[in-house]
Amino acid sequence: MYRQSRWNEPLIFKISREGAIGHVLPALEKEIFSELEEALSEIPKEMRRKELNLPEVSELEVIRHFTRLSQMNYGISLGIYPLGSCTMKYSPIINEKLASLKSVQNVHPLQNQRTTQGSLELLYKLEKMLREITGMHKFSFIPAAGAQGEFLGCLMMKAYHKEHGEKRRKLIVPDSAHGTNPASAEMAGLEVDVVKSDETGCVDIEELKKIATEETAGLMLTNPNTLGIFERNIEEIVQIIHDVGGLLYYDGANLNAIMGKVRPGDMGFDVVHLNVHKTFSTPHGGGGPGAGPVGIKKELQEFLPAPTVEYDSATNSYYLDYDRPKAVGKIKMFFGNFSVYVKTYAYILMMGAEGLRLAAEASVLGSNYLLSKLRETKGVAVPFDSGEPRKHEFVLSLSKLAKDTGVRALDVAKRLLDHGVHAPITNFPLIIDEAFMIEPTESETRRELDNFAKIMSEIIDEAYNEPKKVLGAPHNTSVSRINEARASHPKTLCLSWRMHKRGSRGA
Amino acid sequence: MKNKVFPHPFIANSTITDWKSMLCKLRIKNIQDLYSDIPIKFLLKNKLNLTGPLSELEAFRHVSRILSKNRSYPDMSVFVGAGAWLHYIPAAVSEIISRSEFLTSYTQYQPEASQGMLMALFEYQSLVAELLEMDVVSASMYDWATALGEAGRMSERLTKRRDVVIPRFVSPDRRTTLQTYIDPIGMKTVEIAQSRENGQIVLENLKEKVSSDTAAIYLENPSYLGFLETEIDAVAEISHDAGAVFIMGVDLTSLGIIRPPGDFGADIVVGEGQPFGNPVNFGGPLLGTLACKNDMAMIRAMPGRIISMTTTVDEMQRAFVMSLQTREQHIRRREATSNICTNNTLCALASAVYLSLLGKSGIRELSEHILAKTKYAIKKFSSIDGVDVPLFNAPHFKEFTIRFNHRHADDVLRELLEAKICGGKSLVSEFPGLGESVLTCVTELHSKQQIDNYVSTLDQLLR
Repeated sequence: MYRQSRWNEPLIFKISREGAIGHVLPALEKEIFSELEEALSEIPKEMRRKELNLPEVSELEVIRHFTRLSQMNYGISLGIYPLGSCTMKYSPIINEKLASLKSVQNVHPLQNQRTTQGSLELLYKLEKMLREITGMHKFSFIPAAGAQGEFLGCLMMKAYHKEHGEKRRKLIVPDSAHGTNPASAEMAGLEVDVVKSDETGCVDIEELKKIATEETAGLMLTNPNTLGIFERNIEEIVQIIHDVGGLLYYDGANLNAIMGKVRPGDMGFDVVHLNVHKTFSTPHGGGGPGAGPVGIKKELQEFLPAPTVEYDSATNSYYLDYDRPKAVGKIKMFFGNFSVYVKTYAYILMMGAEGLRLAAEASVLGSNYLLSKLRETKGVAVPFDSGEPRKHEFVLSLSKLAKDTGVRALDVAKRLLDHGVHAPITNFPLIIDEAFMIEPTESETRRELDNFAKIMSEIIDEAYNEPKKVLGAPHNTSVSRINEARASHPKTLCLSWRMHKRGSRGA
Repeated sequence: MKNKVFPHPFIANSTITDWKSMLCKLRIKNIQDLYSDIPIKFLLKNKLNLTGPLSELEAFRHVSRILSKNRSYPDMSVFVGAGAWLHYIPAAVSEIISRSEFLTSYTQYQPEASQGMLMALFEYQSLVAELLEMDVVSASMYDWATALGEAGRMSERLTKRRDVVIPRFVSPDRRTTLQTYIDPIGMKTVEIAQSRENGQIVLENLKEKVSSDTAAIYLENPSYLGFLETEIDAVAEISHDAGAVFIMGVDLTSLGIIRPPGDFGADIVVGEGQPFGNPVNFGGPLLGTLACKNDMAMIRAMPGRIISMTTTVDEMQRAFVMSLQTREQHIRRREATSNICTNNTLCALASAVYLSLLGKSGIRELSEHILAKTKYAIKKFSSIDGVDVPLFNAPHFKEFTIRFNHRHADDVLRELLEAKICGGKSLVSEFPGLGESVLTCVTELHSKQQIDNYVSTLDQLLR
């Protein structure tokens, strides 16, 4: 029986003991120390800090505290983590070693470029790889995450239309799209038009024809989509959008299924973002940092933000090109999440073309295998099932189970945690009732998939026979089911120790 | 000989036995059948043209060989900050963030199985809240610049107004990022003057520029160019009288000695958390700090994840969970306060460990170290003929300006590099009005010897 650690660990503020220290700085040299008093005296009194309520804790106490916390956190290193559209795959350990080299960590972005040739060469070579994998013309490494890539993509599409003397204000997204798609469009000042899915779970072509107009700036599409279905009418979709003068944006969240098989660029996409923390195995780190490089076709290259990474054959050196007069504005500091890209680069090297294709195939095989086992389970339906294979992920509906037993997708998810496996995404995409969105990735063996299917089937039996057990889950995690409503209610909202001290109840 | 691909060590699902049995269960012969729905014309005929597959050892050699072309601290003295700063990172920080339970987890969509990271993030929020004397801190943004961009958009949500007033000597990178973020919603920046003599906000000019269109007033302290502002109380008052949101940008490492933004009445605070336990990494990832007052309207206008302390349903246990998710894209979609989801969680964890280790006395000491070194460096540089240091007659923290009166700044920086000194960031294109100037920074990492060496090298070079 699985049991997650349950340390009764107090907040770091409660471990504090007056006078304890966890780290000492080197003593200041005499000549520098003697400047301190004068420097302090020059700061007007009303500009000085009076008190500072940080905890006082020894190094050992800090280590124990956070090590205990780590034991109350589930990660890939512990087991399957099948969150749909999140591609929680294994991240090679060597990548962490490479990313922690001094030649990565200590290089300042504003050093003279003669001293950063290694970093620039790596980015330049990585760009070539990403171009080859996606079929795009050029990349920007700047976006910090997929969502920021989408924001940048929208800005570039707007700039492109503006350059052509047009003010197109509308972005089309499918009703099955990731939430970031409409949110990014709004951030970039575009209005969102939603196109419905047809009975096969793909973009409804007839509806798209109606929605696409001269107002359309573009269409943002995930392919395979969030149902794990490849948009087989992609050629027609591209044609419809291009015919009205719009652009095609590829949300790269689901690229894992098609690496080395088919390329967004070949399908006709004009702008692409990749989530390297998904597809290229740079670990998610509990929610980031990731990176969301954006690739474009030649027609959009002048709008890529500055700087881009270039190579000068005359001097055999790499450089940052800031001379980009038509570039869209700055979206963040510097050149992108470099240490994440070191991992991306190493991963692609170790995979090679065959390895990437194999990863795609293994993920699709595992996904279809797991689907074939789960679809036989009572109370479970496979919406939009046209008999075609799914790609790297699939979505079940547990609505029959919910009707039969009162046990909902969320409850099944919580019960899964009791068995030492992570739950899939629940209740997304929104077009499916009681959705259960599963992406096993190529990292899970047949044994793991069989185990997951077995647990699912046990839970569903339990739901029919002993629903209370499922409704009361989880039982074996660090804490039992959390009161999320209380966590967000203005009367009990507690977002910091400071708020708690002032009477916010929290816990 | 070529390396084997099948089975592959990183693809656990790649043995012939497993594949055969799975294909059999699916009643298909070939893996290609699973791609039968993709139009044939798009299926790649040839394999991608990529190096590899390399073994781990080969990849390690290959990547470290490329990276070995970099030059950096400690083989070089690096006196440049301007958005990312070299600081010492205690070994305990790296130890904790390398723990794979943290490293290989995802966003806490199943909080019951993710209490460790959630509690650590709540502690991160709480530690930064104490430092800033603000109640609410976001679980992380990408960097200072994007945090400012989001703060600008927050101010529009709160006031329905269009102008963000910013001082002349704000970081140009932060200013342009802010502009990119606010331009799509019809907002713009309005610049106000700062004294050329001491850098202080010209209050008369500020009053003229503030109007019923002012959504926010933004002020940095210490400023981008290192000088401290002394009129912050007055700026806060002008801001509040105008019904505008007062946004402060701060260098968090200064807050061991400098009065915190919350005490000045800041409504929103932004800053860069990278110095607390995160390397500069050639510019990323960094750690955007975003905080606001405990005001429901303001909290509801916040972008991204915020962790709340609560209880279990049975109220038997304390627990942590992402709160107010109805602000976020996965629930609210187009009406979300921002599109941010993946943020810089692991960097926030590093920051929590760093702040716990240094604690009350360590953070004050850190601020004092930097302040004393800044003072020492300014005095030393002032002794050199042909330079003005600093350009503003005010106390400085961490960053300060050096103007070369007879030489081009870029030439001087290039020559310093020959002596393995990265002397600062040229300000010539950012602030041409400041002449041939550079922005130089010192932290606790710079020894007296390194500073002295920089000064004597520069002295030689300018003779």
